[in-house]
Amino acid sequence: MSSEETRIQRLRDRIAQGETTARAQTQSSLDAAEKLNDTLNAFLEIDRVGALKRADAIDAKIKSRAKADEIPSLSGVPIAIKDNICVRGMQTSCGSRILGPYHPPYDATAIERLLDAGAIIIGKTNCDEFAMGSSNENSAFGPVKNPWDTSRVPGGSSGGSAAAVAAGIVPVALGSDTGGSVRQPASLCGVIGLKPTYGRVSRYGLVAFGSSLDQIGVFARSASDAAAVLQVIAGRDRHDATTADVAVPDYLGELDRDIKGQRIGVSRTLLGEGLNSEVRASIETAIDAYGDLGAEIVDVDLPHAKYAIAVYYMIATAEASSNLARYDGVRYGFRAEEAPALRDMYRKTRDEGFGPEVKRRIMLGTYVLSAGYYDAYYLKAQKVRTLIRQDFLQAFEKCDAVLTPTAPTPAFRFGEKVDDPLAMYLNDVYTVTANLAGVPGISVPCGLSSEGLPIGMQLLGPYWSEASLLRMAHAYQQKHPLGAGPKIHA
Amino acid sequence: MPITESDIEKVAHLAHLEITDEERRIFAPQIAEIVSYVEQLSEIDTSTIAPALGGLTPEGERTESSRADEVQPSLGQQIALEEAPDPASGHFRVPKVL
Repeated sequence: MSSEETRIQRLRDRIAQGETTARAQTQSSLDAAEKLNDTLNAFLEIDRVGALKRADAIDAKIKSRAKADEIPSLSGVPIAIKDNICVRGMQTSCGSRILGPYHPPYDATAIERLLDAGAIIIGKTNCDEFAMGSSNENSAFGPVKNPWDTSRVPGGSSGGSAAAVAAGIVPVALGSDTGGSVRQPASLCGVIGLKPTYGRVSRYGLVAFGSSLDQIGVFARSASDAAAVLQVIAGRDRHDATTADVAVPDYLGELDRDIKGQRIGVSRTLLGEGLNSEVRASIETAIDAYGDLGAEIVDVDLPHAKYAIAVYYMIATAEASSNLARYDGVRYGFRAEEAPALRDMYRKTRDEGFGPEVKRRIMLGTYVLSAGYYDAYYLKAQKVRTLIRQDFLQAFEKCDAVLTPTAPTPAFRFGEKVDDPLAMYLNDVYTVTANLAGVPGISVPCGLSSEGLPIGMQLLGPYWSEASLLRMAHAYQQKHPLGAGPKIHA
Repeated sequence: MPITESDIEKVAHLAHLEITDEERRIFAPQIAEIVSYVEQLSEIDTSTIAPALGGLTPEGERTESSRADEVQPSLGQQIALEEAPDPASGHFRVPKVL
């Protein structure tokens, strides 16, 4: 166990020892969520009744039990969940009108594990429709605002979860990351965002976007809090055949180990063209800081990284066009009225139910999978994906993690890129590679711009190296806290 | 190859999407721009490269993912129909097919 307790461990201990109650903590989280929602639009549903009921059950359990060590690790810890992860008794809209919203009859595996660990789910967070977007401007229910500057985007697609953690509404939240949807909003909102290895966390109950890329991830204000949540949700699940049979390490136990001698790889070409100068300066400073912490900085090359956006938008849209075929107005969700025949009903339902970005991606995906184009686009992209993966395997022979910016700029303004999809996609240039290769990545706040906006660095590691990434993030945060918080705060 | 509005119409049909004339006008150049951006991939020689299909990690590929073929409890008719827009007599009712 870590020598310094994490924020949520401390919270759990205080609740377990009767210094505070799960109800009091839940209440204050719910109050903050409700109070700030007019400003931030971070939540699509706040479940006051359900959350307080669970909190009371936890308080009752604590009172009736003698031993503190029988009280699970997240007892009474408030958490927010992205609205594309199923929680029984709450809505799942995926930021889309087409789901109705849907009320799932089951919990996602990650949710089941959080509940078993005593966590209190206070609400479902806003996101880009079906997790497609980098700015939250694609939510059918209006965008989330960045708590650091409400005229700017929080990033996407898990913008609501990022904003809720940044604004101090909850200490931790879940999101999903298909091409950077946890790491990029974490960077823009100044919090930790962890995308685990593909197969580390079950996708059962996560609404599918790109099934070979999707992974549930964690937002937190500290690496240690992220570690405590990952500890609970990671591991094999019989409901998701792609979860791997790999032992879950003691993430918290590894956290305080020295990072001296760890090799951090830097690709100079990734710090070149297209990168905002303040972000570059911040990343250079972070690289020096790791040197000071005893890490060895080595040069690495990821020669195919420049093709990652092209590869990603072929594979992700192809998979999405197939996954989103299920929304047809028959079994759940929205159905368009006044359609005389079945085919008209499908088309009208999907026309009225999906927003423009989702339609654009379904059409792009349908195009690249259609007869005559499959080999040229989809198969080609899958082959280059192999090369991107090989780049990482080779880089990790020389280093323990690769350090890059998370996003090319700090948070941009609403409306800046909304009419130019390709410019919006290029936001994900540093993050999509991890999803294509399946490797884990973490975004760590590493500075503020001259306008006072957070900047994030990204550490990418070999398969199953979450413990080492969290440790490197923790070592950095201990020495270099951000030193400022957002304007909008609980 | 340029993408025309009629290509967009065809793709929308395949994807069961009804799109307006205005959407067609907006989407055609946007999708064309993205596809032409993707064409940079043709400069890479991939003649000897296998596509990245299947599980990504070696450990994931090795994980036994089949289970015993035993009957498990299922959702049941009532719960399965609870979210349906138009349930009728234990079925999902849809508009006429033909």
